[in-house]
Amino acid sequence: MGAAQTMLDKLWGAHEVLLREDGVSLLWVDRHLVHEGSHHAFAKLKARGLALAEPALTFAVVDHYAPTRGRARRADPQIERMIQTLRSNATAHGVRLYDLDDPLQGIVHVLGPEEGLTLPGLLINCGDSHTSTHGAFGALAFGIGATEVAHVLATQTIWQRKPKAMRITVDGALGPGVSAKDIALGWIARLGTDGAQGHAVEYAGSTVRGLSMEGRMTLCNLSIEGGARFGMVAPDETTFSYLQGRRFAPQGAGWPAACADWTALASDADAHFEREVWLDAGEIAPTVTWGTSPEQALPITAVLPDPADLPPAKAEAAHAAYAYMGLTPGQRLAGTPVDQVFIGSCTNGRIEDLRAAAAVLAGRKAKVPGLISPGSAQVKAQAEREGLDQIFGAAGLEWAAAGCSMCVGMNGDLVGEGKRCASSTNRNFKGRQGRGARTHLMSPAMVAAAAVTGVLSDVRPLLEGRV
Amino acid sequence: MSGWNSHKGLAVGLPQANIDTDQLIPARFMSVPRAEGYGPYLLHDMRRDAEGRLRAEFALNRHEGASVLVAGRNFGSGSSREAAVYALVDAGICAVIAPSFGDIFASNAVNNGLLPARIDGALQGELATALAEGARDIEIDISARQLRLGTLSGAFELDDSWAKKLINGWDDIDLSLAQGMAIKKFKDLRYQTTPWAWPSGPD
Repeated sequence: MGAAQTMLDKLWGAHEVLLREDGVSLLWVDRHLVHEGSHHAFAKLKARGLALAEPALTFAVVDHYAPTRGRARRADPQIERMIQTLRSNATAHGVRLYDLDDPLQGIVHVLGPEEGLTLPGLLINCGDSHTSTHGAFGALAFGIGATEVAHVLATQTIWQRKPKAMRITVDGALGPGVSAKDIALGWIARLGTDGAQGHAVEYAGSTVRGLSMEGRMTLCNLSIEGGARFGMVAPDETTFSYLQGRRFAPQGAGWPAACADWTALASDADAHFEREVWLDAGEIAPTVTWGTSPEQALPITAVLPDPADLPPAKAEAAHAAYAYMGLTPGQRLAGTPVDQVFIGSCTNGRIEDLRAAAAVLAGRKAKVPGLISPGSAQVKAQAEREGLDQIFGAAGLEWAAAGCSMCVGMNGDLVGEGKRCASSTNRNFKGRQGRGARTHLMSPAMVAAAAVTGVLSDVRPLLEGRV
Repeated sequence: MSGWNSHKGLAVGLPQANIDTDQLIPARFMSVPRAEGYGPYLLHDMRRDAEGRLRAEFALNRHEGASVLVAGRNFGSGSSREAAVYALVDAGICAVIAPSFGDIFASNAVNNGLLPARIDGALQGELATALAEGARDIEIDISARQLRLGTLSGAFELDDSWAKKLINGWDDIDLSLAQGMAIKKFKDLRYQTTPWAWPSGPD
């Protein structure tokens, strides 16, 4: 027996083609997911006259530029060109494409798991930083840049230095109205947006075990907002029951064999982590960002901090954030008027997220306009079977098709200049949702609470007697 | 891509923390083909007013020929968009000096010949003070991991493998294609021992 291993050690070892003298590994890539933004990489491949190494392990999705309000609508001709370029690259290289009209289309990080393309034990790359989402299944999944995408296209491998292992353990029961989003915003607020740089984060503890796959995906998705390129959760029965019967998951006799291999991926009991963080689930409240960095987050019950009370580096950022966000120190977060709401994205656009929002919205009217874009066409169909679209419509919110939509503001779904948006997305960066847009990140239930009250609100009283 | 080891140029201070990739290049410009150049979009919404005119007070706009940025912590956090690096490189920047970088940004930088030099907070503070009044000449030496700005000098950190890549201008694809046999062998073994790693199902 060798030394005790972390899940990271096991996943890394299983994919290491070779280890260079300088400590950098060449890793085999099991799944490569590409989208419209991968055009730079395909262009590099073409410029060098190289073929795609493994078309059968490469899957293409229209998501970042997908028009969500009318599939034929294009905010500008560049958007059409981006989608067409992906189509021609997929055709030229023999890659399965999930196009706009495909009943399986969706955001790449929602679609991969739905299709069973995402499995425990796989190495998954995509030219998108939220690729960490797939780590929720016990996969080694990380976002890469265009040069790296080109490298994976050409060789089905990637050079990478092994990150340090970090474990975030969350124990205890989450209160009503508190979700994976709040756990994530909570740890990022505590450790900072660069808190986990250079690390792969494994999420553990009874709270994480108790999360659905949707919740685990939200948690792993946001790892990158805390600086970690990798997030992961050990696979268990929750993982297996989510995956069994999915289109590309192992079938027949292959299924129990795979589950046995996957069960062995969990970190050994005495494995060493370079860094350990513990959180008490009972202390986590519904959390909202107030600034322009995900670390600028507080419980909804909080008062906005006086920069004078913050360390100098954070104080400067707080001043700039207040100016951009149109907020003042000492102000209560709750009660801040919002102009619009958005529910969707690879972070919180899954069926469980829509159900959580619907639980708040049912029988109520939104006081501000809002857009709901499901994470995939399958999520959309499921929500419609459950009548959630009717609840959203009756509340006065717009029900759209699947895509990255207003999270990234590159497909015509934008927040106006100076407008304040309660958003279930992942980044409150300046200009992310549109030039001058003021984004407050929160869970879908909290977005719904902001919709029905017209102000940032604690969702918990609105859920009384409902969940 | 040609490699480089030392550089003399003009450094500009951009001391804010958390300059993320959405600020480096807003997503709405990313459908532009690379051949058209990404320089005009660098820090677009910080550098330009609503009409697209350069803001005279913004440091980078006052020093046309700047080639080095001295930034705050967590530079390039956020999205994996390599366009953030293209915008810097196409605007003539060859090094960013900061206390920390987004992990994906840093590897994208090295893949495009852009040096992400990590310095401690104290040196960052001194450099920011020295640049508060305007741009200054700076010298950078990658193999020595040293930088010098006037009387200020100090060390920066950089992964050895990244230093080698920057200095030699190496391209990973060439290195990996040379490993074709090892990759093939690995794939065949994985296919035998881990059949579930290949997508089953209809396609």
